[in-house]
Amino acid sequence: MNAIEIKALGFSYGDVPVLHGVNLTVEQGESVCLLGRNGSGKSTLARLINGLLLPKEGEVRVFGMSSADKDSLFEIRKRAGMVFQNPDNQTVASIVEDDLAFGPENIGVPPEEIGERITEALAAVGMEAYRRSTPTRLSGGQKQRIAIAGELALRPDILILDESTSMLDPRGRKEVMNVITRLNREKNMTVINITHYMDEAVGCDRAVVLSGGTVVADGSPQEIFSMGARLEEYGLGLPKAAYIAQKLTENGLPLPKGIFTAETLGDKLCESFQKD
Amino acid sequence: MLKDVTFGSYYPARSFVHSMDPRFKILAVIAYIVFIFLAKTFYAFLPLLAFLAVAVAASRVPLKSVLRSIKGIIFLLVFMAVVHVFLGGNGDVVEISGVKLQFWIFSITYSGLIGALFLMCRLTMLVMGTCILTLTTAPMELTEGIERLLAPLKYVKFPVHELALIMSIALRFIPTLMEETDRIVNAQKSRGADFESGNLVKRVKAMVPVLIPLLVGAFRRAEELGDAMDSRCYSGAKGRTKYKKLRLTYRDAVGFIVISAVGAAVIVMYCMLPALL
Ligand SMILES: Nc1ncnc2c1ncn2[C@@H]1O[C@H](COP(=O)(O)OP(=O)(O)O)[C@@H](O)[C@H]1O
Ligand SMILES: [Mg+2]
Repeated sequence: MNAIEIKALGFSYGDVPVLHGVNLTVEQGESVCLLGRNGSGKSTLARLINGLLLPKEGEVRVFGMSSADKDSLFEIRKRAGMVFQNPDNQTVASIVEDDLAFGPENIGVPPEEIGERITEALAAVGMEAYRRSTPTRLSGGQKQRIAIAGELALRPDILILDESTSMLDPRGRKEVMNVITRLNREKNMTVINITHYMDEAVGCDRAVVLSGGTVVADGSPQEIFSMGARLEEYGLGLPKAAYIAQKLTENGLPLPKGIFTAETLGDKLCESFQKD
Repeated sequence: MLKDVTFGSYYPARSFVHSMDPRFKILAVIAYIVFIFLAKTFYAFLPLLAFLAVAVAASRVPLKSVLRSIKGIIFLLVFMAVVHVFLGGNGDVVEISGVKLQFWIFSITYSGLIGALFLMCRLTMLVMGTCILTLTTAPMELTEGIERLLAPLKYVKFPVHELALIMSIALRFIPTLMEETDRIVNAQKSRGADFESGNLVKRVKAMVPVLIPLLVGAFRRAEELGDAMDSRCYSGAKGRTKYKKLRLTYRDAVGFIVISAVGAAVIVMYCMLPALL
């Protein structure tokens, strides 16, 4: 069964159309980044997957359950966790432990098991030492990891991150991305990462581009970043390494195609100098 | 700076009082306040003071932290005392070397002076007692305690759970909003806003450009928080479990004996002893 199955999805806020004809299938364990310029409807799509918004046309299925079906809504939210942008606005309690208990309490998990879930979630984000801490005193990256742990306590299969690294400093961003990558690789978590950082996108299995309210490109990040002029049309940039490689090639230091990360750029540069 | 001002300023430590059941602590403080108002003489303050001393000692909170709580109300204390001195008394007017301290409708009487002192003692004890509660009880425990104590009201459809949740969220957001206020104030200052000079009206006006962005920000936060709560499957009190169970322990039994003894002592003095002053 597919983790997410979206068919002919259309959505509008009042009369303002935002999404139309969106088709998208995501398998369990995939890591997908969702790209597109501001206002292209990424957050709206994320909310539709999580059941915070309901489709006006078409349907969204999460593990076969339609979000239009009121009885499955709870189950969908349980299995598809969502982490938002601002790390300050997602915790409900003044102590980490109490905050992590919030989700399991909501779905009626027995108290003894809630303790286990908290331990497990904290371990997954590497924050075991902060069980009794106050979220407001933590760094941005730590707060966001606690927000992720808050979702993990519900034992979801899908994690949707809506620009969850955009308010963090580089170190915090790295912490969060490491956690996400680890969850995806080791726990087979399906990840939908909405981001403006092209360097984050390179690390995903798959990139989906939204533009004009619909999916305009869907493929491996390498394919997407090789689209050339179309990238600009969709409001996207290149990952830093790819951009540098492109500039160097244009200015007389030919480098092979397919450079997207700093590591490959470094390797290729060394190779090209050794040749000379 | 503003970030450090936290409500009731919980003092994290492990102590006898910290480990008591918040429900018991809340009830004990209510009882203590009632006893303060039953104490009509200075003598009757003795058991209450002894109680305070024991509570502070058993809470491992430095006396300094407890005393700091009074600092915040010192203005109020002095103000009330002054009003009381001038208006609250009747009877003999104070005479200093033959000069009667009397002016128009104001006069300083002995009973006024004593009354003012009495009032100050009462208020100080009241504030110190409640502070021991907030110093030794984490905000979450406090709301938890209140929720459990009010639980019977559920049967008359009073939204106990919602109220407790609102309280705990409010407590959780106080430091965040304080920090934001700081940031906005600094941003306005750097653009030349002046919060320190001018008369009261001018200063209040200067706060408007701070309050509006703060309010707008708070609404945006509330909306995001609502989404975050929804995505964590929140749907009201129905079908919810509780992670933390509150348990009465021997500590609460000891506390009960102590507060009962204090109450008994105060009541005995209230009923039996003639008013000594
Ligand atoms: N609550 C809302 N009410 C009305 N319009 C909205 C609302 N939220 C978003 N929009 C509009 O929908 C469009 C898509 O928004 P959004 O999904 O947030 O895009 P993105 O996350 O890609 O920046 C934007 O034009 C935005 O102005
Ligand atoms: Mg968005």
